[in-house]
Order: sequence, then structure tokens, then C-alpha cells
Amino acid sequence: MTSSELRHTGLNLGGTGEISHEQAETGLFGFWVFLMSDAVIFALLFATYGVMLSATAGGPTPTAEYKIGPAFIETLLLLTSSLTFGMASITMKHDARPRGLFGWLFVTLLLGLAFLGFELHDFATMVGDGAWPMRSGYLSAFFALVPLHGLHVLFGSLWIVVMMVQLAVFGPDARVKLNILRLGLFWHFLDIVWIAIFTIVYLQGLIR
Amino acid sequence: MTDGIWSAILGRFTWTALPFVRAWETPTISEIIGAGAASVVILGAILLATLLTVYRAWRPLWSEWLTSLDHKKIGIMYVVLAFVMLARAVIEAVLMRMQQASAIDTPGFIAPDHFAQLFSTHGSIMIFFMAMPFLTGIINYVMPLQIGSRDVAFPLLNSISLWLTGGAAGLMMVSLVIGRFSTGGWSGYPPYTELAFSPDVGPDYWIWAVTLGSIGSTLTGLNFAVTIYKMRCPGMTLMRMPLFVWTSLCTSILMIFAMPPLTVATALLALDRYLGFHLFTNDLGGNMMNYANLFWLFGHPEVYILILPAFGVYSEVVSTFSSKELYGYTSLVLATMAIAVLSFTVWVHHFFTMGQNADLNAVFGIATMTIGVPTGVKIYDWIWTMFRGEVRFTVPMLYSLAFMMTFVLGGFTGILLAFPPLDYLVHNTLFLVAHFHNMLIPGLLYGMLAATHYWFPKAFGFRLNEKWGRISFSCWVVGFYLAFMPLYVLGAAGAARRTQAFFEPAFRPWLYVAGIGALILLAALATLFVQLWVSIRERDANRVAAGDPWDGRGLEWSIAAPPPEYNFAVVPSVAGRDPFFDGKRSGAAYAAPARYGDIELPRNSATGPVIGIVGAATAFGLVWHIWWLAALGTLAVIVAVIARSFVRDVHRIVPAAQVERETERWLRTVSAARAIPREIETTPANQGLAQVPA
Amino acid sequence: MTCPARRIVPFALLPPALLGGCSVLKLGVVNHAGPVAASQWHLYLIVGAVLVFVAGPVLLLVPIIAWHYRLSNKRSAFRPKWDFSWPLEGLIWIPPAGIVIGLGFVLWHYTHKLDPYRRLPSSQPALEVQAVALDWKWLFIYPDAHIATVNRLAIPIGRPIHISLTSGTVMQSLLVPQLAGQIYAMAGMTTQLNLEASRRGVYRGENTQFNGQGFQNEQFDVVALSPADYDRWIAVVRTQAPPLDAAAEAPLFRKSVLSRPAYYSAAPARLFKTILTRSQGPAR
Repeated sequence: MTSSELRHTGLNLGGTGEISHEQAETGLFGFWVFLMSDAVIFALLFATYGVMLSATAGGPTPTAEYKIGPAFIETLLLLTSSLTFGMASITMKHDARPRGLFGWLFVTLLLGLAFLGFELHDFATMVGDGAWPMRSGYLSAFFALVPLHGLHVLFGSLWIVVMMVQLAVFGPDARVKLNILRLGLFWHFLDIVWIAIFTIVYLQGLIR
Repeated sequence: MTDGIWSAILGRFTWTALPFVRAWETPTISEIIGAGAASVVILGAILLATLLTVYRAWRPLWSEWLTSLDHKKIGIMYVVLAFVMLARAVIEAVLMRMQQASAIDTPGFIAPDHFAQLFSTHGSIMIFFMAMPFLTGIINYVMPLQIGSRDVAFPLLNSISLWLTGGAAGLMMVSLVIGRFSTGGWSGYPPYTELAFSPDVGPDYWIWAVTLGSIGSTLTGLNFAVTIYKMRCPGMTLMRMPLFVWTSLCTSILMIFAMPPLTVATALLALDRYLGFHLFTNDLGGNMMNYANLFWLFGHPEVYILILPAFGVYSEVVSTFSSKELYGYTSLVLATMAIAVLSFTVWVHHFFTMGQNADLNAVFGIATMTIGVPTGVKIYDWIWTMFRGEVRFTVPMLYSLAFMMTFVLGGFTGILLAFPPLDYLVHNTLFLVAHFHNMLIPGLLYGMLAATHYWFPKAFGFRLNEKWGRISFSCWVVGFYLAFMPLYVLGAAGAARRTQAFFEPAFRPWLYVAGIGALILLAALATLFVQLWVSIRERDANRVAAGDPWDGRGLEWSIAAPPPEYNFAVVPSVAGRDPFFDGKRSGAAYAAPARYGDIELPRNSATGPVIGIVGAATAFGLVWHIWWLAALGTLAVIVAVIARSFVRDVHRIVPAAQVERETERWLRTVSAARAIPREIETTPANQGLAQVPA
Repeated sequence: MTCPARRIVPFALLPPALLGGCSVLKLGVVNHAGPVAASQWHLYLIVGAVLVFVAGPVLLLVPIIAWHYRLSNKRSAFRPKWDFSWPLEGLIWIPPAGIVIGLGFVLWHYTHKLDPYRRLPSSQPALEVQAVALDWKWLFIYPDAHIATVNRLAIPIGRPIHISLTSGTVMQSLLVPQLAGQIYAMAGMTTQLNLEASRRGVYRGENTQFNGQGFQNEQFDVVALSPADYDRWIAVVRTQAPPLDAAAEAPLFRKSVLSRPAYYSAAPARLFKTILTRSQGPAR
């Protein structure tokens, strides 16, 4: 084992030699950096939301619009999907056959889509109440922030589908594995962002 | 019925969107200038296409340049883009100066609306499509060579960044021909740019051009930072990196953190304009102060994104042309880092006059002054680098000296502006315009021009003409002082910026002087192109194939000029800060490698051009509300990315035999070259081999 | 429309024109006409004087050192390996830092002293004026006198003026260079500016924030009158100007450039408040 393998015991790319460990490290590090800049975007949208919270312009308020039940279910779905993605990563590391990996990815995808379903239902309910984004600055900020996370989940789901297809076409080769590792980072990142949304947007909105 | 079909196909396009039609209907000088600019774009495109067809250059252009993932070629393409955009923006600046000089108590020859488009495109282009591509191109070319790497960390991403920037710049050019540009300035402040006040396509052009460009720059920053962290050659510790690499690293980090606020600002403005959100509107709780904060949270670090690479260039240039080690390397590194960090703490100084309380303004004012300390340290470090050196007044060195003297004046007025009470008086006036040109012309343009003159022989294998370089330099310096010093005076007299006409006869002499300065700057631009033309014609006399025309210090000079596509036959390993300079002194330079190996390089890819062009088409669809085009384009980008992820054959091999052949040939060139002393480095005697003092 | 070439010809007349060039400064803070601008000019001189000592050494050292250590000067020392010295390092970090700390105190003091929101000290109560930024004109409401003007701000000398600003349109910025610095006017929000004229005269006021086609014309005169003249002026406007009723108000809110100032009597008491709050209401 070389030193870089020891340093990055999480990177299980197998002995294929297609991609060196240095290259894999570089690829993963680059993705971390990307997530950092994505995190800046979310941070700024959170800040905008915080500033605009009081700009309800006589329209619907957070207390009236947020429902703790669906938000909690969405949280559970997304957290569970992170767990199943974790299982996918472990399977990828310890199981040479792609079946288990395939299965866990599929479960993650289902949970992600279920999350999106619940979220869309939430939005539809809000719009039905007259809480559409054009109503006030506060609702504009809400709809700039929360659906952007939803859009990320949608892209993550699409990415899962692409990876499942690649897994079927190429098998678990080094590039597929590296991409699944990146996808994992992305998926867990979305979880963290959601936790922030759940606390800062929903819980705080309901406490007021 | 047919109306419905046309508007579904063409969106909100009408014939009057074409400047030719407008000039036909109302043939004022202002409209004719607009139509003239549009025809320059169209004729230029036709001429380019004809030349490419006549010389059968389409295929080589596509396969050797446009689809290339070689960081050197991408870097050159960035710089070419920067020069094209520089030419447009300088001409716009001259038009504005002529208008102001001619419009004292008269309407002048450019209509107010046209004038507003001119200052908006001038600013947007200079920042996003001249300065950013210029520095990105130089870093792209030089940085991997300096750290002993064969490419950047993500070559494909590099190409995508280039093409996103190129697509966005294309959108700027299209706005000359179809429709009109924003009148909201380069900062696009709402609520003026909101639908309620600017319902036309202008702000949409601005939004999407800037958004595409900012995404490209974020990805560039990511790419460079990862390259510098992960791809340095053995022995190149952080504190052995050339200073240009340090400033590139800081710029990259700033790009990663500072471009997203811009993306957020423009995206939220787009939500307002396209979906009727109320983020920055006047009504229903919108608040434009959010925009000001988001924009300048990008805008101030952006200043240092622009200036830091030039600081790196000056460090290289001053050290090389003083034949001396850089004074105070550590303090330069610390100063650079300090500037990068502090740049995030000063954004409020762009709107001291927004009515925040005095405590807040004072804190941000003091933070602003604080940046002056590390910046001053840098200037002194360069002075002490010349101290007890042997200074050669080559063109890059002249730019460096002019920078130091001029930048200090900009710093002077910068500290004045950092005082909120003083800012209250000259904010939004020509004083401010003079100040930021006084920072950015020496702090960016001179630096990039110095870089072009310094590294051009490396990139193309021959030196640029020295005489025309000096003429151009003189024009840039004289023109700058004449064009911008009067603006300080006018600003102190309360002359507002962005004004199409003035009503004070007392402004006249100063506007005339500024106008003459602008013409000299135009001459400076023209002489740059003359210099390029003359240099290309005389290229055979000025070849420096051995690769080291200036007795250089870093790894980039240790290889042939132009470098082979794989940069280094064998990845070098270094043991100091000036590895090649020391190598020449110890006799270790120009050693043939013990053994050669196969080299893996990225295969060309059309993904970059496809994403850039389709991205620009999508943006065009959004601007004109051609929804089918926007939807199709978005889909095409997604499909292109997914399709690319299925491509497995992404590398090609340069066989060891070829590497050996090319390296041996270069080494023969080196041994055949005459080593020259520094006194005659600007003469044809310079073949790229430096005489090493015994 | 004039031909640009004919406009460029006068460049030949430059040198004589330059002789008269300094009159331009009379329009700015150099020729201050009130305590705020006077204080700002004072601050300019202080900071400028300090900065001469910061910029001066660089302006001297760069040419001297570059020239003295030129390659062809074989008598000068050459120490290619010399790259650090602690005393020099101290010299380039500590004094600039010290100057910035010193200037920091000056900055803190003056930023509070010249805070545009800060009422000016005076034995008299401040004159209240409400300024509304419109496209492309300024509406000034005198709430106590119940009059309003457009593009003309008449003020008594020697008495502090407290201006509350808002905008009936996009963001604008009000600047009277000879009297005080500027402050933004934004829809739905109030900002404040305090100024005072100490001598009679007509001072140029303007919007400095670009707001469309008529931007260059959005200028107004500030007329500083003696208290007695000011009272007479109020009386004349009150008795002779037309009332600011709905019919007079509507055209003001349209985009237009006014060729001459306008005066109104009977300005509604809640006009400023109405403009301030209406942009926050539901969409029109």
C-alpha cells in the first residue's frame, strides 16, 4: 500500500490502475471546492431570506404557511436517503459485485423522489393559499431558497440515474466509482443544506 | 393568429430591434454610430469566415484550437478574446469622452439612451470580458509551467470555462446587432434595472452575459486552486512557488468565494424580471439594498481578483529585469494573503451614502484603509528588489515602473475615498471614475501588458518589437494621465459620472484635456496592434527558440519556446525558489533527461464549444423570450454533459520516442545558440540563451 | 445635431482655455459655503497632507533607485542574492500601519462628526424640508410652510436644514457639493441629510445616481437667502403659486425634464408620507 492509499482509506478504487490515487484525490478535492462555492450561494440566499422575513407586505406569514408535519417527513426522507447512500458507499468499498451498490442507489433515488414529491405538494398547498412568490418580498426569498435546494435534489436524482446506467454499462470501474464518491459528497451536502432549511426556515418560522 | 405564431417563434423580436432599421427610420448621428458598430460586428464576422474558408483554416482551427484542452492554447484564446473586447471597450470610451467634450450646454452627437448603453457596455466588457479573460489567460498559460505541471487539474473544465466566457462575450457582441444593451451601468442596480423601469431587453442581455461569465470564472477559480494545491512538481513547496503562482492562488480563492454572490445577485434579479418576484422591486417588500450588498460582496473582492495577478506579474518582472532575487518573498506572500482576506471586509464602502449609521461606515472605512498597508508593503518590496540590482528598462519593466508611480496616486485617492465624509462628496462623481481607472489601468492593464511582453517570446518563440512596444507604452501612460487627472478635478467640482451632457462652461477645458487623453489611449491600443503586426513580420530575426530570452528564474524558462504540448519531457523537481536561475549558475540546466517515458495527455473535446455556444443560445432565447430556444438549449447542455460522462477514451499517449526526438532537437538548438549578455537582450542577437556570469 | 469633427477643432485652443481652468473648482467643495462642506474640506486637507508623506517616498524612490541601479551604471553596487533585511521590513510595515491607525482615529471622529443624519448644532430649530426624487426632477416639500417646489431649494442662511429624502421612482442621490455630501433617496425608505448655508448665493444641486434618459438634466439650484428674504419668498409662494392638488401632482410623477422650477402652495400635509408608503402597498 502506498502512502496516499493509507491517507485516503475511504477511496476504494480497486487495483485497476486506470486512475491513479493522486488523480482521484485531485478529482475529489476539486469537488469539495465546488461544494464550497455552492455553499456560498446557499449562505447568501439564507441571508437574503433572513433579511426579507419581515417583508410580508400584508400577505401570508411564515406561521400561517409552514406545516411542521410535511417538513418533518421530508427531513426524515432526506436523512434516510443519506443513510442509504452511505450504505451504497460501503457496499462499493467492500463488495466487488455491483448488485448491492445498484440496489442502494435505487433506494436512495426513490427516497429522493419521494422527498421531491412531498416538497412539490407543500409548494402547491402554499400557492393554493395565495402564498405564491409574486405576493411579497418574503415569499420571493422563500421561493428563491427552498426550491433551489429542491432543484439540487432533482439534479442529484438525475445524477443517480446516470450513475446506475453507467454502472450497468461499464461495471464498477474506477471512473464510475470516483463519480459515485463525488455524487455521495453532493448528496450528503444536500442533506446538510436541508437541515439548515428545516431549522432556519421551517422551525424558526413556526416558533414566531 | 399569425402574430401568435411569430411571437412564439421569435419572442419579442421586432424589426426595430435591428440598428440598421432604426438608423433608416431616424437617421441621427447617434443611430448611425449604432448601425456602424453593428455593421463592424457583422462585417468582421463575415471577413473572418471568408478568411478561414479561403485559407482552409476551419478544420485546423477546430481541431487544433477550439476543441483543444491544452492549457497553453486555452490561455492564448483567452488573451485573444481579451484583446478583441479591449478594442471594443476602448473605442466606446473614446466615443463617450468625445461626446462629453462636445456636449457642454448642447446635446452633443450621442443621444442619452445610446450614451447610457455605451457606459454600461464599456464597464461590463472591461471587467467581465477584458480583465477577467486577460488574467485568466495569462494564469492559464504561465501557472502550470511555473509549477512544473503538464496541465491544469481539470482540462475539460478549463475548456468549458473558456467557452462559457466566450459565449457570454459573444452575447455582448450580439447585443450590438440585435436589440439594445442595458442602460443600468456595469453594476446593474435595481430598481432601475427592474421590469417596471427598464422593460426592454437591455438588462436581460446584461444579466445573462454576466451570469454565464461568472459561472465560467467560478469554475476557473476552482480549477486553478486545485491545480496549485495538487499538481506542483516534486520539491515545489508552497513557500518555493513563484510569486505569480501565489497571487494566482489568492485570485482563484477569491473567485471561488466572490463569484457566487454575483451569480446570486444576477439570478435573483432575473427572478424579479422573468417571474415577477419581489426581491429588489420598489413594491411588495422588495429591497434593493439586498442587491447592493450582494453585488459588492462580489464587487470588492473582484477588484483584487483583477489586481493580484498583476502584482504577481510585477514580482516576476522586477526580479528578472533587476537580475536579483525578489526582496521580501515572505512578506509579499503574507501581504497577498492579507489583501485577499481583507477584500471581503470592505464592501460597504461602495455605498457609504446609503444611510447606514456612522459606526458601520467608520468600521468599513478603517478596514478599507487597512488594505493600504499590505499594498504599500508590496510596492516597497519591489523597490527593494531593484535596490542593488542591475535594472534593465525593457517594456515589461517600464510598465512595472509606471505602475508603481501611478498606482500610488490611485492609492492616495483611495484613502481619501475610504473616509466616509469625503466619499459623501465625490461618490458617484467623475472623481470616483478617475480613482478606479487609476487603480485598474496600472493595477490590471499595465500588468497584463507587461505579462504579454514578458511571456510572449515563451509562447510564440519570438520577441515582440521593442520600439513599437515603447511607443505603445508611452501612449498608455501619457494617455492615462491626460484622460483621468482632469476627471479628479471635475469630480471635485461635483461633475456626476454617467452624464451625457454638462451645463457648466467651466468644465470645458478639463473635458477637452480628458478627450485628448482618450484619443492618445486609442493610439496606444492601435500601436499595440501595429506592434503585433510588425513583430510577426520580423519574427524570423527575433526567434528565441532556446527558450530563455530574459535570463529567467522560474521553470517556465527552462523549456523550449514555444513549449512542447506536454510542457516538460520529464517532470522537473526543484530545490529552491529560482530553480532555473540557480540551475544555469550551477550547470544543471539544459541537462538531457536520463530516460524518457510515454506521456498521457487529454484528448481534444468538443464539449467545451458545444456548452459555450448552446449556453449562449439559451441565454439569447431567454433575452428575447424565445422560450423554445431556451428550453431546447438547457436540455442540450444537460444532454451534452451526460453524454460526455459516457466517453471513456479521453486520453492519448505521446510516445517516449517522440518526446525524446523533440527534446534532443531542442537541446541541439540550445547548444547551437550563442549565449548573450543582458546588454543586448533586446537585439536580434538574443536567441534565448543567457550568458551566465562566471 | 452637430458634427463631431467640428467639435474636436477647438482642441487647438487648449492652452488659453487651460488658463481659465481653475474656475471649475469654484463649483465644488473647495469653494464651500456652509459649515458641513467647510469641515469636509478641512478633512480633505488633513488627510491629503498625511498622504503626501505616504505617497511621496514611493514617487521619489522608484525613479531614483531604478535609474541609479540601471544595468549600464557599473559603479553601483550589485548584490543579486540580497533579499531580506529585518530593519527594512520594520520600516515598510510599521510606519504605514501606524499612519493607518492614526488616520483610523481621525476617520472615526470625523465620520461621526459629519454623519449626514446628525443634527447641526444651532440656537435655531432646524428647517424641515422633505425631498422626493422623481424622474427627472426633485420635489421639495416645506411641511411647516405648506408649500412645495420642484427643482429649486430655497433656504435661509445661518439656520440648519434637515432634509428627509425618499424616492417616488428608482434610487437617486442628492448632492449639493458646496454645502454637504450626498445621500441616497430610495423608494419606501427615508434617509436624512443635514446641511446649512453660511453665505448667500446660488449653489448647484444634482442627482448623481443615473436614472435614465433625463439624468443629465436633473439639476437644481439651491438658493441661500437672508432670513428676511426667505420669509418673503415663502409668503410669495404661499400666496401666488398654484396649489399642489391631484391635478398638479400627477404630471410630476411622469418621466419628464422641467425647463424651469415650479412652485406650489397648499402642499398636502401628508404628501411625503403618502409617497413613502405607497410603494410598499399592493401592486398598482
